[in-house]
Amino acid sequence: MTKTLFSKDHEYARLEGDSATIGISDYAQEQLGDIVFVELPAVGTSFKKGDEIAVVESVKAASEIYAPLDCTVTKVNEALNDDPGKVNSDAMGEGWLIKVSLSADADTAHLMDETAYAAHIA
Amino acid sequence: MVQPDAPPLKTALYDLHVAQGGRMVDFSGYELPVQFEGIVAEHMHTRTLASLFDVSHMGQMTVTGPDFKATSSALETLLPGNLKNLKPGSMRYTVLLNANGGIEDDLIVTRPAVGQAPDGVMFIVVNAARKSHDLAIFKAALGDLLEFELHQDKALLALQGPVAGAVLAKLGDAPHKLTFMQTMPARIEGMDCQISRCGYTGEDGFEISLSNAEATRMAEMLYADERVKPAGLGARDSLRLEAGLCLYGHDMDDTIDPVSADLLFAIGKQRRTDGGFVGAPRVLEIIKNGPQKRRVGILFEGRMPVREGAEIIDEGGAKIGQVTSGTFAPSLKAPIAMAYVPAEIATPGTKIKALVRGREVVGTITKMPFVRQNYARQPGI
Repeated sequence: MTKTLFSKDHEYARLEGDSATIGISDYAQEQLGDIVFVELPAVGTSFKKGDEIAVVESVKAASEIYAPLDCTVTKVNEALNDDPGKVNSDAMGEGWLIKVSLSADADTAHLMDETAYAAHIA
Repeated sequence: MVQPDAPPLKTALYDLHVAQGGRMVDFSGYELPVQFEGIVAEHMHTRTLASLFDVSHMGQMTVTGPDFKATSSALETLLPGNLKNLKPGSMRYTVLLNANGGIEDDLIVTRPAVGQAPDGVMFIVVNAARKSHDLAIFKAALGDLLEFELHQDKALLALQGPVAGAVLAKLGDAPHKLTFMQTMPARIEGMDCQISRCGYTGEDGFEISLSNAEATRMAEMLYADERVKPAGLGARDSLRLEAGLCLYGHDMDDTIDPVSADLLFAIGKQRRTDGGFVGAPRVLEIIKNGPQKRRVGILFEGRMPVREGAEIIDEGGAKIGQVTSGTFAPSLKAPIAMAYVPAEIATPGTKIKALVRGREVVGTITKMPFVRQNYARQPGI
């Protein structure tokens, strides 16, 4: 059973048990425009919610991506090194940024479900 | 003068930009589209077919003096370009300098075509953000000799790309009359305009100056050719960077002289020894002794963009220079930048390092333009 939650800053976390896949929302990739480079963290790094986890760069600007919740990186999307455009073409799928493990008591109360997020960006 | 907190101005094409899905941003006090379909798509379209850019924010000035000799001679006391030898219907890129040789603005001076305007009239196009600043300098220095008028009622459309000539030729004969950096008056479907073969993309192209009232109709006529698509400020920036063209306020400013900025061509050949323009003593000294730092192009390894503000460092990690513009070049699919580095290493082929978010990136100083310029050296399409 998966559940996708969103932060106010347009990151998503797709939760599966005690792990999650983190990326940026389709709305965010649309706002950023053509993505030409993604800087990803090292596997094993731990982040607190709000820490910078990645940098996504378009032709025009670099944008920091923040951890939507406390987590530890277990895998990064290596495919983005050669094809960062996957974030544009499939932000919620193949354009994921990192996979993480979560502590049992990870706080998700500040995150929005899809309905609330849709209202947030409307 | 645009007040810092004043609402941005709208160009004559504002409604058309919005209708075409332009993402509007505040730029130099104007609300302009940063992109439509997307910067990379617009960039590549401009390199392969043709794009229309709204550059109405640029300052269009008319200078009037008693005759050409008087007007061009007076302007030469302020501008280092060779203006007295401009032929009718031709244009010249030059810079406005201060007493220290710093660049107050870069601009294009045009001598009207035969019969286009009275003999003492010349045109100047300046950067949007420097309009009132430049006007004040011109008036203070030359107000007794010449009249300066900044037009508020004119639009400027830039049609850029390899098929720009073919598109415009369907509406008039300008492409068959003009080469790069030439201008002529034209009447297209009853609209009086001035057409100049120039641009800021490295491609062949034309800038069309006409009244605000007719700008939208002109744009729609150009869009009637399906090879023409709208492009915004984002693509304009990546295109000019690939073409090795400076952006005022970034790649040069009032503390940087034209020799360090690698803009020697903006100074007339004879004038590099004769002087006779504001800032000449300092500029001639730098020409003679060589500049301490120089603007160069850098091609970086990998994909990470190296942007304005990034430090250039030496082997020991000490800062030796700074990036003034940088992006991921859509045509080259690689990061490119302009930077100032010590003159002794400013040679194509030199390896350098830049620092981005604490990470070192390796690059090679590269001759500009980064992509081949595609200017019309002869009339035609």
